[in-house]
Amino acid sequence: MTNIPETGRTPRVQIRLVVIQVLVLSLLGTLGGRLWYLQIREGDAYAKEASGNHVQQVVQPAVRGSILDARGVPLADNETRLVVSASRTDLLKMEDDGKAVLTKLAGVLGMTPKEVMGKVRLCDAETPQPCWNGSPYQPIPITDEATPKQALQIRERAEDFPGITAEPQALRRYPSPGEANTAQVLGYLSPVTDEELQQAKDTDSPYLRSDQVGRSGLEREYDKELRGKAGVTRYEVDNLGRVIGQAEADAAQAGSNLVTSIDARVQRVAEYELNDAMKKARDAWDRNTGEKYKADSGAVVVMEAKTGRIVAMASNPTYDPNAWVGGISAKDYKKLTGKASNYPLLNRAIQGQSAPGSIFKVVPTAAAVNAGYSFDGPYQCSSSYSIGGQVFKNFESKGYGPISLGRALEVSCDTVFYRLSHEEWKRDGGTKPKKNAGDWFYKTAHQFGLGAETGIDLPNEVTGRIPDRQWKQDYWKANKDAWCKYGKKGGSYAEQIAYENCLEGNRMRAGDSVNYSIGQGDTLVTPIQMATIYGAISNGGTLYDPTVGKAIVSADGKTVQEIAPKSHGRLPISRQTLAAMDDALAGVATRGTAAWRFADVGWPQDKIPMHAKTGTAEVYGKQTTSWFATYTKDYTVVMTISQGGTGSGASGPAVRNIYDALYGVSDDGTINKKNALLPTPQKSLPKVRTDGTITSPKVGKDPAKEQRASQENKAAPDEQQLAGTVATPTAENRDTRRRRGRSRRRGSRRVLT
Amino acid sequence: MTGVNSFQVSGYGPERAGWTRLFARDSLARRLDWPILLAALALSLLGTLLVYSATRNRTELNQGDPYYFLVRHLLNTGIGLVLMVGTVWLGHRTLRTAVPILYGLSVFLILLVLTPLGSTINGAHSWIKLPGGFSLQPSEFVKVTIILGMAMLLATRVDAGDRQYPDHRTVVQALGLAAVPMLIVMLMPDLGSVMVMVVIVLGVLLASGASNRWVFGLIGAGTMGAIAVWQLGVLDDYQIARFAAFANPSLDPAGVGYNTNQARIAIGSGGLTGSGLFHGSQTTGQFVPEQQTDFVFTVAGEELGFVGGGLIILLLGVILWRACRIARETTELYGTIVAAGIVAWFAFQAFENIGMTLGIMPVTGLPLPFVSYGGSSMFAVWVAVGLLQSIRVQRPMSA
Repeated sequence: MTNIPETGRTPRVQIRLVVIQVLVLSLLGTLGGRLWYLQIREGDAYAKEASGNHVQQVVQPAVRGSILDARGVPLADNETRLVVSASRTDLLKMEDDGKAVLTKLAGVLGMTPKEVMGKVRLCDAETPQPCWNGSPYQPIPITDEATPKQALQIRERAEDFPGITAEPQALRRYPSPGEANTAQVLGYLSPVTDEELQQAKDTDSPYLRSDQVGRSGLEREYDKELRGKAGVTRYEVDNLGRVIGQAEADAAQAGSNLVTSIDARVQRVAEYELNDAMKKARDAWDRNTGEKYKADSGAVVVMEAKTGRIVAMASNPTYDPNAWVGGISAKDYKKLTGKASNYPLLNRAIQGQSAPGSIFKVVPTAAAVNAGYSFDGPYQCSSSYSIGGQVFKNFESKGYGPISLGRALEVSCDTVFYRLSHEEWKRDGGTKPKKNAGDWFYKTAHQFGLGAETGIDLPNEVTGRIPDRQWKQDYWKANKDAWCKYGKKGGSYAEQIAYENCLEGNRMRAGDSVNYSIGQGDTLVTPIQMATIYGAISNGGTLYDPTVGKAIVSADGKTVQEIAPKSHGRLPISRQTLAAMDDALAGVATRGTAAWRFADVGWPQDKIPMHAKTGTAEVYGKQTTSWFATYTKDYTVVMTISQGGTGSGASGPAVRNIYDALYGVSDDGTINKKNALLPTPQKSLPKVRTDGTITSPKVGKDPAKEQRASQENKAAPDEQQLAGTVATPTAENRDTRRRRGRSRRRGSRRVLT
Repeated sequence: MTGVNSFQVSGYGPERAGWTRLFARDSLARRLDWPILLAALALSLLGTLLVYSATRNRTELNQGDPYYFLVRHLLNTGIGLVLMVGTVWLGHRTLRTAVPILYGLSVFLILLVLTPLGSTINGAHSWIKLPGGFSLQPSEFVKVTIILGMAMLLATRVDAGDRQYPDHRTVVQALGLAAVPMLIVMLMPDLGSVMVMVVIVLGVLLASGASNRWVFGLIGAGTMGAIAVWQLGVLDDYQIARFAAFANPSLDPAGVGYNTNQARIAIGSGGLTGSGLFHGSQTTGQFVPEQQTDFVFTVAGEELGFVGGGLIILLLGVILWRACRIARETTELYGTIVAAGIVAWFAFQAFENIGMTLGIMPVTGLPLPFVSYGGSSMFAVWVAVGLLQSIRVQRPMSA
């Protein structure tokens, strides 16, 4: 067939054919190179983009763990609501997009089909409410108020309701067992912020848009443990968002339960007594200001002396933590945080700081011994002490003659400490401190843990303040400009003070050290710091980090992680000094300033040795702060009431009532073990069963009122008999029986503090 | 040879003559260009798998039958093979005499597209709906007829020995012959096909030995034409948008840039060896539109990775390399021009198709030869393979 004559290939055509070939090959080479670039060099980036393209997450929230009291009584738990939800993914797989199923569901729930369908449609610009504005892969709740009967109908006929689930869902609840509200300790939850949402997005426990996060108190401190781990199911989806397969599924892990050392009943008693004491203080007349006491805020801490565990912690004013559940209303929020609110969200036991007054005196006592002074003295307790014409009076200008440091504690003799502190100040070089100044009074305070956080497992604890030379210097630096501007020589009192501060505010003056020695001046402490110190005096010198959390128990009860007591140091005093101080503090309760609250009114001192120290701190421009620090061998109770009056006067009865409740002491001094709420600290942990339920004893309707009633010995005769075996009530006992009416009368009497 | 003997014994005697004749020295089978044939076959079968992977979940397309496209692609390949055999059997020289008929027929068909009988797919009015769910895209056949027609005009006098190169008159005639169907296709508008035809014309002119002035003139004219088309607003909005998206891929990723973006993600995520056939999430999730036709290369890229994508480019390279050799080795200009035209066609179409999935070319609706689903394209490329084989078979053995 090759009969066409050879024409001979012309070189032009040959060359052009080669050009074509080269061109073609270079095109293919370009493709190959580009393919290499996309797949090998940039492959990882594209693979990542692809997986983001076709994977959708559905997050199942984990049930938040409960917060339990020491015996297992829930302080914060979850309310179960039956939520019926529909899975859009499943509905869309049906031929009619699930219309039939939704109509049937509407019948069961007693809603109209239109209502139900409205709830499952997705929101967009043209769709008015009701509509679903969450993730279309998330089950869409149709109602959260289904009755158990409705839920059962749906679950039993699951084949009739494909894509519909009826499941209990948890909502936070603060049940206040026995009226114990514990608000500031528990804290509260509020919705997750965008920032947090973004941050947790790629972690193994992402937040849901509907998630709540602990914002204060235990809810915040133990948020991670309580929150558990959200379950994540990753679905592969196609370009229209239809699910084409499940990539992976991690089940949700319920949050762990937090067992606290709080005893709901004692907590209630503490709250009730604090509030009651403040109410009574507001009825009492303040001679200094010529008006009734304001008693604007207060706090009480009941702590296990040997471990630092908190049995009760109350702060007043308080609020209902349930206000936060399901989102707080603007009105409620203003009520809790507004200027007129007096800030009930503050936990004044750890965030309230004020001058301690005389309950501080254990610190200068120890400081004096450390500085080389003998505990036994004697030291002159004069009615006043003067430094360069300035007269510092003893309380009510009373003198006791030469006494020991122990006796000075008992009678709360200010002049003894004025003198010692002033001597030390002089020894350290006065306003021009020596290089090797001992600064014993300040050093000892720091060693007692003052001016620093105690390390309690609650957020935002404040440090208080020890006005030592360093602090004076720093404070002066920060404020001198303002002082110097405002201060005027020979001006008003405030102007004069500012003028002096401007000149020498950075210097420790004699008066500063004298004021400091009795817990006045610029000294600030928190109730929890004082509880820690008095607890340490009780337990032989160990300063424990106060703890509220006692153990973290997994939701199934299988793993228990105990929170062991931790110490942050020891009191810087010898055994002998400690013992002597312990004796002196017992003397306060039997002979001294607190005797009229304990020994004089039927406290069984022989059975339960009580130790106490009262404090009445003066605050410039305000009424006095009432402080009362006490301890037995097991417990420390510290109470304070701002603008409340004297230590034993305002806080005394309340603290006594708390002890009565703890030990079951009646007004006549008999011990009725049956009435004792917690004669020894709770050791064992409550049991969490594998199904997540918790064994807990019943708490009465209001333990505080029940205690008051039982203390008045209105108990049944056989109980009285039983009590009689402990301590036989005598006529004298009955006479001195503490009655509230009498207490009040006595409360108005001015006493040494 | 035992197999052949056993055939003999069992009474298949008459066949023997045919078999041996087929494999005898200088026989047709021996002279066929097997690399081209095998590469084309491999591409078609690979295409079958890729088309199947892309469509097995697309219920809105496959009418509930996951194998719908697989079966049809195989059927198209089979028909293509038959068309190739027919072409070889007829021979390219015989077809040369049939050029007027073929030309007339294809022009008639593309005119038919412009009538209400034509239908629009993806903005291009270039299909004719046939009964039974089939449709015809005549512009595919126009590519063949342009090659054959121009080759006939340009080569006749040279092959006859009258001239060394085609004269200007012939070139004008040839260009005119190509211009008529090209204008019609442009009216559809099927811009991708017009681009391929321009490149074919260029390749044909180059191979014909026409003077350089024509070659450069054509390139210039093409450029001018492109500018004119742009300026005169002949293009539809969607076409302008495609070019805009090409120039700036991040432009509107949910709209115009979506195709290119998703295609690139699919290919890029494949890595070296891909996610495995039928395991590509981009493919299974149907993120890439038109994946069984214009974007079929993304399936290979994602599921077979660099290895698979490279193999397709390599197989195309084999075909083009061999076709270039055929063009160079054939003694008559007619065969050379036809082969070169086919090279220009395949090369540009493959480059444009793969290039747009890789984001180095703008998006136009062009199938990947042999691999993309589509009957008309498949038939046309197999006819082209038949032409190449015919040229190869009919050249005198060099020995």
